[in-house]
Amino acid sequence: MDSGIVRMSAADLAAGIAAGDLSAAEVTEAHLGRIEAVEDRVHSFLHVSAEQARRAAQAVDAQRAAGEPLGPLAGVPLALKDVFTTMDMPTTCGSAILDGWRPPYDATITRRLREAGVVLLGKTNMDEFAMGSSTENSAFGPSRNPWDLARVPGGSSGGSAAAVAGFEAPLGVGTDTGGSIRQPAAVCGLVGGKPTYGATSRYGLVAFASSLDTPGPLARTVLDAALLHEVMAGHDPRDSTSVDSPVPPVVAAARQADISGLTVGIVPELSGEGYQPGVLARFAEAVELLESLGAKLMEVSCPHFTYGLAAYYLIAPSECSSNLARFDAMRFGLRCGDDGTRSAEEVMSLTRESGFGAEVKRRIMLGTYALSSGYYDAYYGKAQQVRTLITRDFQAAFEQVDVLVSPTTPTTAFPIGERVDDPMAMYLADLCTIPANLSGNPALSVPCGLSPDDGLPVGLQIMAPVLADDRLYRVAAALEAALDRRRGYPLLDDAKGLA
Amino acid sequence: MPIAREDVAHLARLARLALADDELDHLAAQLDQIITAVARVQEVAADGIPPTSHSVPMQNVFRDDVTEPCLPAEAVLAAAPAAEQQRFRVPRILAEE
Repeated sequence: MDSGIVRMSAADLAAGIAAGDLSAAEVTEAHLGRIEAVEDRVHSFLHVSAEQARRAAQAVDAQRAAGEPLGPLAGVPLALKDVFTTMDMPTTCGSAILDGWRPPYDATITRRLREAGVVLLGKTNMDEFAMGSSTENSAFGPSRNPWDLARVPGGSSGGSAAAVAGFEAPLGVGTDTGGSIRQPAAVCGLVGGKPTYGATSRYGLVAFASSLDTPGPLARTVLDAALLHEVMAGHDPRDSTSVDSPVPPVVAAARQADISGLTVGIVPELSGEGYQPGVLARFAEAVELLESLGAKLMEVSCPHFTYGLAAYYLIAPSECSSNLARFDAMRFGLRCGDDGTRSAEEVMSLTRESGFGAEVKRRIMLGTYALSSGYYDAYYGKAQQVRTLITRDFQAAFEQVDVLVSPTTPTTAFPIGERVDDPMAMYLADLCTIPANLSGNPALSVPCGLSPDDGLPVGLQIMAPVLADDRLYRVAAALEAALDRRRGYPLLDDAKGLA
Repeated sequence: MPIAREDVAHLARLARLALADDELDHLAAQLDQIITAVARVQEVAADGIPPTSHSVPMQNVFRDDVTEPCLPAEAVLAAAPAAEQQRFRVPRILAEE
C-alpha cells in the first residue's frame, strides 16, 4: 500500500485522478488500507462501507475513461459524519436509539457529494445527536486524537476530525451547532469551517438545534476545505431555511491568499482568564504574522459575547427537547417494553430512557425546563434577546473591520474522561465558537502552531460578515502559507499518536 | 430557588423519559448548577430588545404547487419497529374500558 497517497491533499488527488496519473480505485484502496491499519486505535468510524466506496471509485474511473467531465473532487475519499442520512449505510447519530437504522432517503449533502464524484468511505463517530465536545457521548465509544491517543479529538464531529488528522481520509464533513466543526479542527490541527447559516442544506441532517445546525468541511489544508465547501453549499428548495444566493467565491479566495489592506479585529472578550497560556501565545504570534503580511490590526469589543455560552445552553437544549420528541418508538428506531400490556406512552418513556445517553437526557430536561410555563420568559425569552445583542455586536464590529479573530478554543485537546461528568467544564470548550452560531455568521478554524506547554495543536478562529465566507479562506490561506513556509513541512507530520 | 427532585420527576414526565431514581438525584444537582450559570442572560436582556429566534430573516417560504413522487410505503415501513397491513403497528393509545 502506497502510504504517499494518504498524505496527499484532496486538491492534488483530484488533479492526479483527472490527469490519469492516479486511479480513483487505487486512491480508495490506499485509504481503506490506512483505515484497516489504524482504525482499532483511533476509532474514527462507526461504519466503513468498503464495497460501496470501491464501486463509487470505479464509476469515477469509468467516467474518466469514457471522456466524460469529472467534478472538482471526483474520486476523492471522504469521511461523513453519521448525522447525515445515507440510503446505503446505517445512520445512528452515535445513539443507541437509532442503532442499525437504514434511512429511506439521502440527505442533500450526501447527494451533492455523490454527484460530485466524492467517494464516501463510511460514517464517522460523533457525540450522540451532536451534543458534546469530545465524542465521549457516543453510544459506541469515543474516538481518539491522532496527536495523542489518550486525549479527545474534540466534538461533536470528532470522528470526522480524527479520520482526517489520522490520514484515513483527506476530507471530512461535520456539522457545527455551537462549534462542533471548529473545535475538533482546532484540537486535531485541521482546517474546519462553519459556513453562513443556511448556506449548506439541513435536509436529511438529523436535527439537534434547527436554528443553529450548519454542515461544513474539515480538511488538512485551507484549499481542500474551500473545495469541499463549494461542493456542499448552495440553495436547496427542500430546506426552507436555505439561503437562495450565490455561493461566495471560497476557492478563489483560498488560492488568492492575500490579505494586504484587510482590517483584522481582535475580540478582547475572547481571551484572558481561563485560557491556556500556550494557546494565547500561539494566537498572539499568529496575529503578529497577519500584520506582517499586510493586515491592519484593531481591537474591537463585542461586549455581549461573554453571554453567548449562557444563551446557547438555553436555546440549543430548548430546540433539542422539541426536535428529539420525534424519537417516540413508533415509526423508526428502537422500541422497548412493548409486551402487549403497556400503553404507547409507557413504551415511549421506557424507550427514550433506555435509548438516550446521559448528555442527551440532560439537554432534553434542560430544554423542557427552559420552555415550561412560568420559566419561558425568564430563560428562553431572555436568551433570544441576548441572541439579538450578539448579532448587533457582530454588525457593529464589521462596520470597523473586515474579519474578527480569536483563539478557537480556550485549551488544547483535554484527556479522555476529564470532563465527562462535569457538564459546565465540557461546555466551556465552545466558549469562543458559540457567538457565530447564535448570529449565523460564517467562521473557520485554521491551525496556528503547537502550544509550547503541551505540544498540541492550537486553532485560530476567523469570523466574517454573513455571506462573506470567502474572507475566511483568504485570511486562513495567507496564515497557513506563512506558517508552512516558516516550519518547512506540514503541521500534521508532527502528529505522533499513530506513528 | 433550587431545583427539587419532584421538579425533575415532573419534567421527566413531560419529556417522556422514565428516569431511574439515581438519575433523578444526579440530574437535580446538575440541572441546578447549569440553570444557575445560564441565568446570566437575565443580566443584560433588558425590555425593548427584540428576540431573535432565527439568524436568517425570512418569512414563509413557498414552492410551486406541483405534486412530486413520495417515498414508497415499503421503504418507510422497512424501518418501523412493527408494521401490519401497510401501517405502523403501535401499542394501545387509549386506556382499557
